[in-house]
Amino acid sequence: MNFNFSEEQQQLRDTLDRYVRKDYGFEKRRGIINGNDGWSREVWAQLADLGVLAVGLPEEYGGLGGGPFDTLLVMEALGRGMVVEPYLATVVLGAGLVARAGSEAQKADLLPAVAGGDLRLALAHYERGSRYDLARIQTTARRDGDGWVLDGHKSVVMHGAAADRLLVSARTQGGISLFLVDAQAAGITRHDTPAQDGHRVAEVALKGLRVGNDALVGAEGAALPQIELALDHAIAALCAEAVGAMGSLIEATVGYLKTRKQFGVPIGSFQALQHRAVEMYLHAEQARSMSYLAADKLGASDVAERRRAISGAKVLVGNAARYVGQQAVQLHGGIGVTDELAVGHYFKRLTMITLLLGDVDHHLALFSEAMGDLP
Amino acid sequence: MDLNFTAADEAFRGEVRAFIDKKLPPDIRRKVLEGQRMVKDDYYRWHVILHEQGWIAANWPKEFGGPGWTAAQQHIFEEECADAGAPILSPFGLRMVAPVIMAFASPEQQQYYLPRIRSGEHWWCQGYSEPGSGSDLASLRTRAERVGDKYIVNGQKTWTTLGHHGNWIFCLVRTNAEARKQEGISFLLIDMKTPGITVRPIIMIDGEHEVNEVWFENVEVPVGNLIGEENNGWTYAKYLLGHERTNIAEVGRSKRRLKRLKEIAAKQPGSDGKPLLQDVRFRDRIAQVEIELMALEITNLRVISADMEGRAPGPEASLLKIRGSEIQQTLTELMMQALGHDALPYQHAAMEPDFSGEVIGPDYGVPLSGQYFNFRKTTIYGGSNEIQRNIISKMILGF
Repeated sequence: MNFNFSEEQQQLRDTLDRYVRKDYGFEKRRGIINGNDGWSREVWAQLADLGVLAVGLPEEYGGLGGGPFDTLLVMEALGRGMVVEPYLATVVLGAGLVARAGSEAQKADLLPAVAGGDLRLALAHYERGSRYDLARIQTTARRDGDGWVLDGHKSVVMHGAAADRLLVSARTQGGISLFLVDAQAAGITRHDTPAQDGHRVAEVALKGLRVGNDALVGAEGAALPQIELALDHAIAALCAEAVGAMGSLIEATVGYLKTRKQFGVPIGSFQALQHRAVEMYLHAEQARSMSYLAADKLGASDVAERRRAISGAKVLVGNAARYVGQQAVQLHGGIGVTDELAVGHYFKRLTMITLLLGDVDHHLALFSEAMGDLP
Repeated sequence: MDLNFTAADEAFRGEVRAFIDKKLPPDIRRKVLEGQRMVKDDYYRWHVILHEQGWIAANWPKEFGGPGWTAAQQHIFEEECADAGAPILSPFGLRMVAPVIMAFASPEQQQYYLPRIRSGEHWWCQGYSEPGSGSDLASLRTRAERVGDKYIVNGQKTWTTLGHHGNWIFCLVRTNAEARKQEGISFLLIDMKTPGITVRPIIMIDGEHEVNEVWFENVEVPVGNLIGEENNGWTYAKYLLGHERTNIAEVGRSKRRLKRLKEIAAKQPGSDGKPLLQDVRFRDRIAQVEIELMALEITNLRVISADMEGRAPGPEASLLKIRGSEIQQTLTELMMQALGHDALPYQHAAMEPDFSGEVIGPDYGVPLSGQYFNFRKTTIYGGSNEIQRNIISKMILGF
């Protein structure tokens, strides 16, 4: 048992923290999210230079061979600074899926390019009407000669417009399959939309999209467990991001309580407000513990064990993010609900994290259902 | 970063488990697991068994007769004891006064008291709270006046847990009424057989006798029973309060209660004749507290691992206390709720292990409502959760 990060890991965290603090200030971020793309190529190149994009990828494909705890450190640091670049979509979801399920050719083609900052990916899985049910998708892929033709509509695809290639799930005869497609291909229409939290999401329409057989990722009909695992990696990463964001929010809120004066005294001298801040801290510490557990169990050989940890983490972190976000706004008073202050933006990101990839109710149900047969 | 115990730790766990399996008397185990009424001898027998094994003083350093375990081993030991249904060892001697004696007492005092704490010859009680001094402990008024080579003690202590079993009590007493309130307090060890001491029961909300009032009327205490320096007792008192943290979260016992809750919910009828555990609303509430407990287990290990690196006990103990007590209360509440109407009958006599009368409702239901009422204490004792929040507010958030 050991809760320390290695020297290399600490270095990575410090480097990234310094970069985010110095070069990714709130006003810079505002400029990025209001820009055309909603993300910055310059920032992306800098993340590549810092080795951040490579850290979680396998060494034989240009990565640094890190594991879930390296991803956790990166996501926590990105969360502290509300970084909107498509790290989660490209590296955690996209490259992670390819590294685990892709062919040698696919890995060699994509992973070094991701690590070097030259390629972005997105997972297009959920559809209108899926809600959080992974298996409820209607996009189809039918065999056509020695290739496939895809038809369907993917909804709220995280950073779908930033991606050069899309990983698209579709129903095939044998079940659900995954295809790697060029985002610019004829037959794909992407509609980019700003999200509530400054990130971007895309509606992706597939109409008679033709791909070769080499577009198939993994075996035909066998993609669902891989998609579930990829999304679990993303949930663990989101939990770490939320822990980072909550840390920043608590720091800002405690700082505000100590300086804002009313009735002639700092409002932080009032016990009612101190205890609220303490409750935020308690939520955040428990959330940190759960983010560790989630990262630790990503590699569990028993899927039920992984499910328990990931869903448990999403429930606890979701509840914590909601409490910390809402109370940070409340304790800031009127300026907490303005666009001007970072606080409201952290709140919005935390809120969207609670909704992404299954909300508290969804994961509580998964956790709870597993108990039904016991003891 | 590694959340798992080492192979050596797991081997240690196996050794502890095998020992408990062999040595924990089945009648005691049954009482604990089924929530029956415990008597002094139940605690004492288990104490002696552990003493003979050399495991009684789990948190003591080797030089004072402890087993020399790492923080991880101490944690594993606690967890296994809790899981198996071993009785809670009274913490007042082993975990509270003993560290103070090790840190601040004279060598003669150490040689006299520590072996007697280990053997169980001395059963210690805590004389901290007074009727007028709860959260504001430093306002305490029990006086000790020095006359020759004795202190004459007068006053009243309260909430003395299992004081009716005890034969020694460590007390905070006022030795200087003029000084600032924290600076006139001394730490005194008192033999409870001394004339002038009266112990009176306080019956708790569940009808049980667990705590007491202790009255002191011209009680003569040799000056040799003073710990450290006169008027420096507040320092020792705070040391004591901050020192006990390996088990403050009560993760092990809460895990056992969670298991019990699921067993009960699987047996109790829910809606449409299915077991209550199939009732989604109830099961979700179990899931919520289970998740909170999973997180607390990791938080607890984080604090232990910081201890192992020799970082001083810090205010994180308050976090463990707050969340740990909230979880204990939720678990006892859900167990009561699982009973439905069967939670209503107050069956005091049925708490005895040899009760042969008729029980209303399932046997396992008898202690559950009382336990719920009793466990409201957990957010009050050991520094109320509001005081714990004050500590975090000041020490961690810097208000």
